[in-house]
Order: sequence, then structure tokens, then C-alpha cells
Amino acid sequence: MLANDHIDLTVEPGEIHALLGENGAGKSTLMNVLYGLVQPDQGEIVIDGRRVECHAPQDAIEAGIGMVHQHFMLVPVFTVTENVMLGAEQTHGGPVAALDRRRARERVVEVSREYGLAMDPDAIVEDLPVGVQQRIEIVKVLTREVDLLILDEPTAVLTPQEIDDLLAVMRALQAAGKSIVFITHKLREVKAIADRITVIRGGRVVATTGPETSEDELAAMMVGRSVSLAVDKQPAQLGEPVLEVAGLAVDDERGHRAVDRVDLTVHAGEVLGIAGVQGNGQTELVEAIMGLRPVVAGTVSLRGRSLAGRRTKQILHSRVGYVPEDRSVDGLVKEFTVAENLVLNMYDTEPFGTRFMLHRDAITKSAADRVARFDVRTSSPQAPAATLSGGNQQKVIVARELTRPLTLFVAAQPTRGLDVGSIEFIHRQIIHERDVGTAVLLVSSELEEVLALADRVAVMYRGRIHAVVPPDTPREEVGLLMAGGSTSGEPA
Amino acid sequence: MTAAVHTPTSEPVRFWSRERKVGLAVTVAGVLAAFGFGALAGDQPASFTLADNTSGAAVSINGLLGAVLFGLLGAAAGAGLWLPGARRWFGALLAAGIVAVVGSFLCWQLSDSALNIMPLGQVAQGSMRFALPLIFGGLAGVLGERSGVINIAIEGQFISGAFAAAMVATLLASVWAGILAAAVGGLVIAALLAVLAIRYLVDQIVVGVVLIVFALGLTGFLFEQLMRQDPSRYNQPARVPTWEVGLLSDIPLLGPVLFRTNIFVYLALALVAAVHFGLFHTRWGLRTRAVGEHPTAADTVGVRVLGMRYRNVLVGGVLAGIGGATFTLEATTNFSKGMTAGLGFIALAAMIFGRWSPVGVLLAALFFGFCRALAIYLGTIGSPIPSQFLNMLPYLATIAAVAGLAGRVRAPAADGKPYVKG
Repeated sequence: MLANDHIDLTVEPGEIHALLGENGAGKSTLMNVLYGLVQPDQGEIVIDGRRVECHAPQDAIEAGIGMVHQHFMLVPVFTVTENVMLGAEQTHGGPVAALDRRRARERVVEVSREYGLAMDPDAIVEDLPVGVQQRIEIVKVLTREVDLLILDEPTAVLTPQEIDDLLAVMRALQAAGKSIVFITHKLREVKAIADRITVIRGGRVVATTGPETSEDELAAMMVGRSVSLAVDKQPAQLGEPVLEVAGLAVDDERGHRAVDRVDLTVHAGEVLGIAGVQGNGQTELVEAIMGLRPVVAGTVSLRGRSLAGRRTKQILHSRVGYVPEDRSVDGLVKEFTVAENLVLNMYDTEPFGTRFMLHRDAITKSAADRVARFDVRTSSPQAPAATLSGGNQQKVIVARELTRPLTLFVAAQPTRGLDVGSIEFIHRQIIHERDVGTAVLLVSSELEEVLALADRVAVMYRGRIHAVVPPDTPREEVGLLMAGGSTSGEPA
Repeated sequence: MTAAVHTPTSEPVRFWSRERKVGLAVTVAGVLAAFGFGALAGDQPASFTLADNTSGAAVSINGLLGAVLFGLLGAAAGAGLWLPGARRWFGALLAAGIVAVVGSFLCWQLSDSALNIMPLGQVAQGSMRFALPLIFGGLAGVLGERSGVINIAIEGQFISGAFAAAMVATLLASVWAGILAAAVGGLVIAALLAVLAIRYLVDQIVVGVVLIVFALGLTGFLFEQLMRQDPSRYNQPARVPTWEVGLLSDIPLLGPVLFRTNIFVYLALALVAAVHFGLFHTRWGLRTRAVGEHPTAADTVGVRVLGMRYRNVLVGGVLAGIGGATFTLEATTNFSKGMTAGLGFIALAAMIFGRWSPVGVLLAALFFGFCRALAIYLGTIGSPIPSQFLNMLPYLATIAAVAGLAGRVRAPAADGKPYVKG
């Protein structure tokens, strides 16, 4: 597939250049070409007037290009120093190449001081919060004396406060004469920091412009039409409590308490949004509700009936719909067809099958209907789910969960990594589900999404519900709550 | 700015920590030993000598007294694990507990036998002899898995090493040529594994098993065709010589085990030290471990992932091949069909029990070797316990270790996963 089509991009020395585009627009492909991870079919890369060929990351590093990847490239069981030195190890020389950890450590300390990136060089990476891990990635790049840093979606996993810190670091790097390519789809950040902005869409450069361009204009360029990010909805008609969670405690894989004494109630006809930075217990909370993770303490009940000890299938069959946060791992069987994926929750229930048999005709017919109704772009309902784009895969999941009567709909990160068109569609479906009287529990690390959809916003921080606020609370205030702060108003 | 509210992030303190769980198990074992072995103890005194025969000076203890005393010592070691700060002494206390329980067991066995003098030197030498191939095989496993390739074909590398060693050592009348040939034999199997697993992304377990069957079949065929026809020409290698290291070889108990022994033992110990240093203190080791934990991360900083994996698997093959040579140049002096008898798998068990570390492999291999030597010794004194039970012991211990009893056992994160760019 053609991911980049005749793209021209020029980055000046000491410039922060934002590369703005939707998910799937080709931003990351472009940067992987620059970094030598992907080979271009044609075109060239010129640095300081010199043509360079990047066949491997090593070539890019030697050419002075460093990259901070969206998914951190750190070895979790290594120390900070080991991660920074890897690939460019300080050694005592000779054929043995014994590591000179003292010198490597000094280098980490030196660089982290120079740019104000505080870290403990001896800490084990997996024990550190993501904000610090990102700083390690930056230090790792800086120790290689690069002139151009590529930051790929660096703010996706950060709290609003950590984002501010990152922007400050970027300014410090700029002051030190480094050029930065800042890949993102978040307009706010682009406006805050970029000297120039290149917008790409469908693999082509749409425009290169300055920060004076308004957010609406940028959004329109990005998507190719004017978009309203606001969701059109009426006030909620609250019904009976549907999902009641009391004193819930859940552990993560490593046995650490991930959800700690959480109380929640979701009523029929409302969207309860859970805001919070990824990794604050949202995943474990949802999995515990769905019977996918053992409950350590507390109760979960659906319409007054406890869900304790019920298997996930029984929970799904008690009219609960579930969109898991990782669609490719938990949401779909990618090798199965779209039609088969559409009945994963109902395959042994009439009309799709019995305990022993599948009714292929009914499955095929229903799949054709639902593919049309949910606008799933696929060559055929019999195509493997893996052949669909992310947005269309998500539509398959949503279609599967929402085409049966529900009392509770649990949607975890329902629009992560999707294009604006798919996001709008899924948002409309969620609000529609609410309007027919379903209780909706929405978990998202995109604060905008929670504020746009939710009727009440619960902020999760370190396993606790830190505060519950109305959706018209100012963004900054919710951001502060997400970082564990408190507001003057409501008690936590 | 409003002051941030921070809840402490410290791990929840668990009552049933690893120390306490293991401590309880050891205490229970100690008490059971004290009562059980004590009650069963016969009327002979239990005698121990450091020598490798029963003629030397021996220490004697009343069987009942010994069984109870050692059992209580074991229980005390287990109880020690409940003390605050036991975390630091975990290994030592666990080892003390196990040794004490074994001591209690031996007091019972000896007191019940007419041959009531136990030559510890003999058992120690036996332990090392049985441990020897496991050390080589386990190190091969460590090299492969630390870089992310499961080398289940160690058994195949053993058998081809054993065959090549016997054949070449006989033909060229040189054990050194035999050892070299064994290394090549292991290398060939490892190269097949590496190409199929790394280049062609075939499932590593399946490839490994196929290679074992292939190696067993091929060596069996060649054995029938050549060795059985004319053993004196093809299958009569000499034994490797024994070397003494000056005065050190006169140290009681340890001297004969470590300093009056053959080239394989010296080589194995040197390799454990070398692999340990290499893995944790050199550039090669850092890169190997990075490739085994997070190959993409290694790739993005310019480490050649596939190159590292090839290199490690091939070096592992050389080590396992030399391990195979111990079967035909040390343990026996001829090759026979299927003589490695599954020890390649046991080497992998030693690797897991040793938590993917070279020193761990050494200790695990010695423990496995000790169990086997003890089983054989008990057979010679007419113990009522079927030797199969003692032979089972290492594997029960491995299962317990894998189940987490002896602490967190965590394989390298990318172990067994082929790496594909992009």
C-alpha cells in the first residue's frame, strides 16, 4: 500500500516542526523512512546539503537523526543507564569490550542535568512511571549527539502536567540548537509549540503553515472537510441504577493493587465517563466488571444482582455489551471473517447457532445487514477481519455489541487510534445507545472524548476514583485531577 | 498551583511473602524429618567420611539423635526465613534447610544399613560427574534463550557431539581431535536450528524436536553401519586424562572434585565464569540480553538482532556439542545408540531451575547430579527406598521452582519469539 506519496518536508536547524495528521495519514511511515526502519521506493533524504541513505537505524543515528518512538523502546528489566548505553556502549575496549558502567552512568547524569531531565540512573525502567520513561528515551537520543529529534506522538500517554514538562524540555532542546520533528494529531499542542506545521492527509502533504493558523482550519486540513469535534446530544434522562460497584479492589498481573476501593454507579440512560491517564487502574476495573479478572474485594452488581463468580459469557448474556480496549488482541479474532467476528458473542444462541451447530445462513445474512448499517468498509463480509483498517475493525466490534438489546454498555478506549470519520460515527452510536436507555460506562484516556460524551466524569488516579465532576468542568481542572491534584470545588 | 495529593505507591505488603512461604515449607519438612526419620532410624550409628572410600577417618553419630538433630536444624533454618530481613539471607537459609533435611534423611538411611559409613567424597565426585553434561547443556540453553531463541535441540547436540567425539577420537587416536569434532557436531545441529528458527521463522519447539529425532536417527544409523561393524576402528576412544592442580588437589572432599579431575570439569567451570562475566559485564552480554528481552528496542539503537541470535545459538551449539563429548570421552569410552537418554532436556530443566543464569545452571546441575549420585549410593547400601524416587527428586524440584516456590522465575520476555522487522 502507498503510505507516503511524494512527500516533501524541510526542517530548518533549531526549528520545532509539527507533523500533523490523522491516524493512518502516513506520519509514522514517513518518520520510519527517515529513521531507516522502512525503505523508500523513491525520493531522497538530504541533511545539511548532504544526501544520506538510511538502511538501518544505525545509519540514521550516524547521520544525526534520533527518534523517540510512540511505544517506548526501552528494555524493562534493564537499568536506566543500561538502556541509555545500549547500542553505543562505553567499554574498557579490547576484544572483550567489558562495560564501563561508571562512565556510562556519568554520561546519563551529565546529559540529564544539561537538559533538566531528572532521573535516577540506577533505577530499573519497569518500575518507573511513563513520564520518566519518556525522559529516558530523550536522554538516550541526546547521548548520541543527534541534531534532529523525531518525537512520535510523545504526548499520548502523558498527563496534562507531564505534557507541559515535555513542551518545556522541547524548548530547552530548541535553545540548544536541536531541530525537532513533533508528530501528533493533537491541535492544541501543535499550536502551543510548533514553529511550522506540515499537515499530511492520505499520504500527501496538504499544506505547510505557521502556528497562526486556527485550530479549526488545521482540523479541516487534517480531515479534508470541516469537522465539529463537539458531540450533539440532549441532556440525559436518568433512570434506575444499573451498574453498581462498591469497595472494589483488583490486582494487576504483578500482584500490585491496581483498583483500590472503587465505588461507582451508572444509571440507565447516562454515560459515565472515566477519565484518567492510562495505567491508573482503568483496564483492571473494566476487566473486573466483565469477569475477566478476579475481584479481590468489594462487589459488582447489575440491576441489583451480584456478578460475583459469573463467567464473562454469562455477563455478556445478561445484556451487557463490551468493547475491549485492545481491539486487535481482545476484540477480534483477526483470522476469522467479518461475519464470524460479528457473532463471537452469540454464536451458540439462536438465530446464529445452537450448542452444537452454526447456522451459516443466518450468520451471513445478519453480517450483510450489519456491515451496511454500521458502514463497515470491507470487500466482503467473508473477508478476514485482519484485512480491515483499524476504524472498520472497531466498527465491527461496535456492530457486534450494539445490535442486541443492552442494559449496560462498557466501552474501553472505543476510538483509540481511529480516524475522525470513525470517531464521529462511534460517538454517535454511543450517544444513541444512551438515548434508548442503556447505561454506558465509557473509559478513555482522551480527555476530550470523555468531556464530550459523558454526563458525569469520574477521574481515576492510582486505582481510586479521585473525583466525580460534571462534564462542563474546565479542561485544566480535570487535567489537574488526572495528575492527582485536587480542585477548590468538590471534594475528591 | 494546587498542591498535588499523592497516595503512596509502595507495593501492598503481603503477609505470604516468598520468604514466608518457603520458610513454612522448610520448617514443615524439617519437623517431619525430625519425627519421621527419627522414628524410622535404626540402631547403627551413622558415620560420615570425607574420603571417597570407607577406610578413612569418619565422624559418627547415633542414628536417632542425628535424624532428630538435623531435622530440627532444618526447621530452624525455615523459621529463620520468618525473621525480619530474611530476604537477604534467602539463598543461604534455604540451602541450609535443604542440607539439614538431607542430613536427617541420611542418618536414618545409614543407621538402618550394615554399610553405615558414608564416603562423602565418592558422592561428591559422582555429583560432579553427572552434573557435567548438564552444565554444558544448560549454558547452551542460557546463551540461546537469553538472546530469544529456545534451543530445545540440546539433546540432539549432545548426541551428535557424543558420536563425533567417539568417532574422530578413535580414528585420529586423539581425544583433543574428538573434543573438536564434538564441538563441530553440536555446531551443525545448532546451525540448522538457527537457520530454520531465525531465518525461516519455523516454530522453535517443533524445529528443536525434529532436530533431536534427526540427530538420534542419523547417529543411530551411522553407529549400526560403522561402529557396530568395526568397533576397534571407529568406537574405541581413549578417556580424557586427569590433571592435578598441585597442592589444591589434596584438599579433603573438594580437591578430588575440583582439582584432580579431567579437562571437561575445568572447562565447564571456566565457561560458567566466562559466560557469567560475558552476559552481565560486557557489550556482547548487554546486547544479547536486550535482544532477548525487547528486540525492537535493540534494533532501533543499531544492534543487529538476528546477528546476535545466530551468534549465540551457534556458540551454544559448540558448548552443547562439547557436553556431548563427555558421554564418550569421560563417562564411558564408547558410543552407543541414544546414550544421552534425555539429559538434553534435563539440561534445559537445570537452566530454568537456575533462572537463566550461568551460576544458577552450575548450582542446579550440581543439585541434579547430587540427587542421582545419592540414588546410586543408596542402592549400594541396600536402601529400601526405590532409586526411582530419588531420581525423580530433581524434576519435582524443577516443577516447584517453575511454580514459583523458589522465587520469581521469569524467562526473557522475547524468548522463543521470532523477530521480524517493521
